Amino acid sequence: MSGATSAIYNSIFRSNATMLGAVFVSAFGIQMAFDTGSSKVWDTVNRGRQWKDIKQKYITKPEEDEEE
Amino acid sequence: MLARSCVRQASSVGAVARQSLNRPATRAFTNSSGTAEASSVWRNAMTGGAATVLAVGSIAWYYHMFGHSVHAMTPAEEGLHPTKYPWEHVKFYKTYDAAALRRGFQVYREVCASCHSLSRIPYRTLVGTLMTVDEAKALAEENEYDTEPNDQGDIEQRPGKLSDYLPSPYKNDEAARAANNGALPPDLSLIVKARHGGCDYIFSLLTGYPEEPPAGANVQEGLNFNPYFPGTGIAMARVLYDGLVEYEDETPATTSQMAKDIVEFLNWAAEPEADERKKMGWKVLAATGVLFALSVWVKRYKWTPIKTRKLFYNPPAIAQKDIATRLSELKANTRQ
Ligand code: HEC
Repeated sequence: MSGATSAIYNSIFRSNATMLGAVFVSAFGIQMAFDTGSSKVWDTVNRGRQWKDIKQKYITKPEEDEEE
Repeated sequence: MLARSCVRQASSVGAVARQSLNRPATRAFTNSSGTAEASSVWRNAMTGGAATVLAVGSIAWYYHMFGHSVHAMTPAEEGLHPTKYPWEHVKFYKTYDAAALRRGFQVYREVCASCHSLSRIPYRTLVGTLMTVDEAKALAEENEYDTEPNDQGDIEQRPGKLSDYLPSPYKNDEAARAANNGALPPDLSLIVKARHGGCDYIFSLLTGYPEEPPAGANVQEGLNFNPYFPGTGIAMARVLYDGLVEYEDETPATTSQMAKDIVEFLNWAAEPEADERKKMGWKVLAATGVLFALSVWVKRYKWTPIKTRKLFYNPPAIAQKDIATRLSELKANTRQ
């Protein structure tokens, strides 16, 4: 076993409890990353269409006419 | 060789069956004389031809009788099919356009709300979709709602809250009918889902009123001609005219612009979850894509040893002689 592999084996896979912990922690992390990433892509594809993109116009000066 | 196989085909099926039943080992190539042979070839061709004609003919007849779709209604009763428009918000990867929703809601309030209810939409859903909390609260407070009964059992009026639903123009359907010549203006909350053609239909309906009904069209008293409405006589007159509303974002309020905005807004009213649903769909596709790739990899990993192994067959050391004897026996049998 090369150095990195055995390091991973010893630190994560060797004990069942650590392994389980690693699964939960990485599931949490990956989910966060996946959700953030896909939201970013979605908002880029739909730039300017969603309420959060235009709400500034209405929050500060509700009665003002704004150009689009 | 050719002649022989012809003869074999020509001999009647029954005869072959019987012969092969009786003497399995013998094939039926008993020769008949020349003329009989010719006539049976002829008969065979005729039978085949007749069967083909019969089959094709009966399919054609069946299609003629039952194959066409049947229309219980005349085209006028069906209504004109709406044009297909390239709606941006309907695309799989697009959300609603909040600015359009906002304009559409303005059209609803200023035009449609005097006849149509939108009773499944509470003010709170407008917040964060097309207006701010303060705007929605102010809007809700413009209307009065019943309170819960107080200590005396009396119901009082209170200003609306975010959790209230948009008020309806009429107290009940009967009042709505009475005010509209007997025709009920349907609730618009789910109208996009409730009509064939959805967005296209409603857009076509709103913009499809001709100046004059075409010559020969039969329009009843109190109805208006609209080719897209099934039956062509609709109790709602044309409501959208250029410049009817004034958009706060200064979009020119042409008839088609207002129709487009109100349709997108009504689509949102019917399917407010669409944006989230589409996004979720893409995420599901992405996750299952990764899982699928993983499972392909695992399959190949597991199958590699099985697919790359080599099998050798070492025949047992008997039998050259046995095989030869059995082959010659077989040959002798067939020749009998
Ligand atoms: C003057 C009252 C009135 C106004 C204003 C009005 N409608 Fe109507 N609407 C009606 C009536 C009445 C009907 C029922 C028509 C019928 O059944 O013949 C109707 C029917 C409809 C239908 C259903 C058609 C169908 O296929 O059954 C739609 C959709 C509709 N209206 C949309 C709108 C929209 C959108 C607006 C606002 C731009 C609007 N209406 C404004 C009175 C009105």
